[in-house]
Amino acid sequence: MSSTMHMHGGIGESIKRKEDGRFLRGKGSYLDDFVLPNMLHMAILRSPYAHARIKSIDTAAAGAKPGVIAVVTGELMAQHKLAWMPTLSGDTQAVLATDKVRFQGQEVAAVIAETKYQAEDALASIEVDYEVLPAVISPDKAKAPGASLIRDDKEGQKDNHIYHWESGDQATTQAAFAKAHKVVRLHTFYPRCHPAPLETCGCIADVNGATGKATIHMTSQAPHAIRTVFALVTGLPEQNIRIISPDLGGGFGNKVPVYPGYVVATAASLLLGRPVKWIEDRNENLISTGFARDFHMTGDLAVDEKGKMLALRVHLDSDNGAFFADAQPSKFKAGLFHIVTGSYDIPTAHVTADGYYTNKAPGGVAYRCSFRVTEASYLIERLVTNAALELGIDQAEFRKQNFIQPEQFPYHSATGWVYDSGDYEKAMDVALDQLGYAELKKDVEARRKKGEVTGIGIASFTEVVGAGHGAEFDILGLRMFDSAELRVHPTGKAILRMGTKSQGQGHETTFAQIVAEELGIPAQDVAVEEGDTDTAPYGLGTYASRSTPVAGAATAMVARQLREKARKLAAHLLEADEEDLVWERGKFYVKGSPERSKTIQEAAFAAYTNLPEGMQAGLEGVYYYDPPNMTYPFGTYAVVVDVDKGTGQVKVKRMVAVDDCGVRINPMIVEGQIHGGLAEGYGIAFMELITFDDEGNCIGSSLMDYLIPTAWETPKFELGETSTPSPHHPLGAKGVGESPTVGSPAAYVNAVIDALSPYGITNIDMPVTSDKVWAALRSKGVTE
Amino acid sequence: MKVTMRVNGVERSGDVEPRVLLVDFLRTNLALTGTHIGCDTTSCGACTVRLDGDPVKSCTVLAVQADGREIKTVEGLANGAALAPIQVGFHEEHGLQCGFCTPGMMMVTSALLERNPNPTDDEIRWAISGNICRCTGYMNIVKAVKHAAQMQADAAKAPAGAAVAGGGE
Repeated sequence: MSSTMHMHGGIGESIKRKEDGRFLRGKGSYLDDFVLPNMLHMAILRSPYAHARIKSIDTAAAGAKPGVIAVVTGELMAQHKLAWMPTLSGDTQAVLATDKVRFQGQEVAAVIAETKYQAEDALASIEVDYEVLPAVISPDKAKAPGASLIRDDKEGQKDNHIYHWESGDQATTQAAFAKAHKVVRLHTFYPRCHPAPLETCGCIADVNGATGKATIHMTSQAPHAIRTVFALVTGLPEQNIRIISPDLGGGFGNKVPVYPGYVVATAASLLLGRPVKWIEDRNENLISTGFARDFHMTGDLAVDEKGKMLALRVHLDSDNGAFFADAQPSKFKAGLFHIVTGSYDIPTAHVTADGYYTNKAPGGVAYRCSFRVTEASYLIERLVTNAALELGIDQAEFRKQNFIQPEQFPYHSATGWVYDSGDYEKAMDVALDQLGYAELKKDVEARRKKGEVTGIGIASFTEVVGAGHGAEFDILGLRMFDSAELRVHPTGKAILRMGTKSQGQGHETTFAQIVAEELGIPAQDVAVEEGDTDTAPYGLGTYASRSTPVAGAATAMVARQLREKARKLAAHLLEADEEDLVWERGKFYVKGSPERSKTIQEAAFAAYTNLPEGMQAGLEGVYYYDPPNMTYPFGTYAVVVDVDKGTGQVKVKRMVAVDDCGVRINPMIVEGQIHGGLAEGYGIAFMELITFDDEGNCIGSSLMDYLIPTAWETPKFELGETSTPSPHHPLGAKGVGESPTVGSPAAYVNAVIDALSPYGITNIDMPVTSDKVWAALRSKGVTE
Repeated sequence: MKVTMRVNGVERSGDVEPRVLLVDFLRTNLALTGTHIGCDTTSCGACTVRLDGDPVKSCTVLAVQADGREIKTVEGLANGAALAPIQVGFHEEHGLQCGFCTPGMMMVTSALLERNPNPTDDEIRWAISGNICRCTGYMNIVKAVKHAAQMQADAAKAPAGAAVAGGGE
């Protein structure tokens, strides 16, 4: 029995998680755990080259291997008009290559066999004749004169440029720069990294030849949107498509897109009349599925003589890979990057962005991030620390001088955002107190005099999460609302279904707690289900920290609707006027006579047994919530590092993280989310890198090369909090899952740069590895 | 080839190719799907099981190598309805989120606690450094192991026959 089983589990209670039991016993239901009768296994042949023309594919030998049922090529897919599919950014992506391969790891053919081993074996027997073409592996190379044209499949595409996008006001920004006392520039590359959830992506497609029903078990963070995309891609009627997203072993954005393997497995099941399972291995996951970042950014910050920020100018070149398949709202080509003014009251800003095709994997996903806010936050927070160092102002003080002030909310930013609420200085003060900043600064000074290399890094991030509202934010036209359907059974127990999909965030507990608070049914009595499109209401899914801001709000709203019906039922039972009833969590009582009361469970029973005249039976409802605005969580993170001059090794001594995500529904779960994000932020800052050689070979294609932090490297985290509720969310909650990944990389790197600043070092691009630090110090003549 | 091993105290047999990995034998032949596959390269530890008591990554052991030996998987941790202390620790300290690494983490830390009933934070972090978790940042996993250590210490002091409390639903 859980130690918190006896608790009601309302908002603010750290009850233990309801979903734990099955995971602790090894009884979770992850995709690869499913075995369907008569099921086949699929393996995918991938391109060894980054850019090559396919001259021929010979599948005869593979088709004759033991256990092989079919070999699928692009040609076969083309016969069914499925060789290409639309991407979430309105581009096209090859399902199986027909003309060229455009990145190493691209899907070329698939073998379907009786066993996984047989399918893998047969891949080696497929003969593909390639004519290798020059590979383009960066935006600089993509725009160079004479660069080979990657997307020669697209009519009218004459070069490798995808989009140009702007935000803010160029003229006023230019004018402000003309008057500036000082301009601080930072050019930095936020390298390509990968969400790498511990469970890779996969599906089991099961198309029933008799009924035409396609049931697809899929590792998806957004099953409903995927169903609609599948209907559009395959032409199957949408009522005949059922996506079931089971327990997910992490997602972090990696499980948002539609991958070619899903389409091929579905087509194969349709053609063969048997279920087809496809599970990618780790190598496939790292080289072909949704990467993150890969932004080359230049920021200029104009300040006056007193250190007041006047204007911000940013340009970025985005490396989008071979197909523009970013998972992001359709209006915003560089995601929500234009939140780049961050926590600062910067009167004017101008942001320009250009996207480029390269011979790298497609699918820029938000790795624990709200659509590119991570890159924006990193740039502004690194730039602000660099500016403070250059101006000789304390980096905390410089931030305080320029923070948006509490009375300025709702705050209209220079690039068009309306921040809902914030108190940035308060969060910073909590962090600095917890760190012992004043003392620590003296300590740093003293140790530097002794020749030690040590520094403090700060980042005061502002996030923008919880998309929509739907008028501004959509994916392929689907408005970014979300939903909750609540059914209360006659015995007063309930089931809640939502359009979101947990990947470990603890939805079964958190959302039960919202019902517990709003409808008074204990959290233990509320089952929460997500992920089955045949049973759950339509929603846009879980990413961009949107579950609590959007589906959480929908849950509160539907619970309130049912409470109003329960009030009528209680009034009927008590033979009282509903206006005379007072709600106290879990029951209604007659004003002035608290002994005359009916519990929510009694009201629920009456909904099925004893109704007032004319009332419909049942106690259930559904609510589709389209938020009026995004939410804007924020916080201050502070990091202390020591650097070993001899080896370049960086040791994180302290990491203090103060988060303000508004009202916390389950503080234990919130803190767990923050811990996880801080660790992923550490990995991004110091370890995780997907990079390529000049021929476009992916370096970082296994967990021996793509380094994920273990318990040994990961720092110990010290958390703090402030709480500034969102004024427009029904519960005042803002969402938190991504704040730590958004805010922490800049804090870690700022600490290193602060440590190295006495030597004139102003930037090291992530991951900040020992060799880079060592080389930077050597470049400044440090030899010991 | 025919292989026979004791899995969670029960003798289990199967007919496998010599190349079949232990993790595939457990998952496919025995339907013990609590042991997960995260990488295939011995890097992530999701597939950790105990082989004659030692934690091993079952993606790097052949099923035939386990012939005649003793295997314990996550499914063998609980005693009926009663969870083992390590499971209670993970539940009470919020040591799991998505749950995918959790079986491997529990197999390696239950072995640690047998060897070292009162480990320090650093000893726990070193013991699990072959196992990757993407969700928790390891903070609460360390706490979970300490929680389990404390439960075991308390149980050792308690009168014989005291039941171990369970956790979760």
